Amino acid sequence: MTITLNHFSAAVIFALFASIVFGITHRENTRDMVTYGLRCFAYFLGGVIVAGWAMWLLKP
Amino acid sequence: MANSTTEKAKVAPAETISILSVVAPALGWLIPGAGHMIQKRWIRGLLLFVSIVTLFLLGLAMQGRIYKANGGDILDILGFVGNVGAGALYLLTLAMDWGQGAIAYATADYGTKFMIVAGLLNFIAVADAYHIAIGKKK
Repeated sequence: MTITLNHFSAAVIFALFASIVFGITHRENTRDMVTYGLRCFAYFLGGVIVAGWAMWLLKP
Repeated sequence: MANSTTEKAKVAPAETISILSVVAPALGWLIPGAGHMIQKRWIRGLLLFVSIVTLFLLGLAMQGRIYKANGGDILDILGFVGNVGAGALYLLTLAMDWGQGAIAYATADYGTKFMIVAGLLNFIAVADAYHIAIGKKK
């Protein structure tokens, strides 16, 4: 079986699972875990969008 | 007097969980999330299991490459260290000769990174299971 993802969907899936693990492992209680996980997810996606626009602006 | 009693109370739990502080990280490395489950953190363990296993399997399905211990190129060694973190998933992939990487697929490189990151995330989960076992985290 071969799965083909585009760059953005791969980044979203990566961000989702990495954020879940970061949230669970970096905070003490459930509420903080959820908040931190959501924040990590937003930072990941924000970073992808910012990097995408930066590359578009820097293209020759 | 009160101080010695307090000190005993602080030391006692560390002695009782010493076996768990070895077993939980070891089991957590072998099966992602199991280090938390053995300490009755069921939901956390399940979420870790699903996240890490899904990331690894997606990487495999994207025709990602698995690194072997070869001691050659430094990037290969780093890739190997990341892959080893996935525990039983890595061993199974090696045993079944999966994860050979297919250059024909443009997304194969994403898959390789997915599998490395799955292993690295499991290292973090193992450290967390250890911290729970020694009482540093609830």
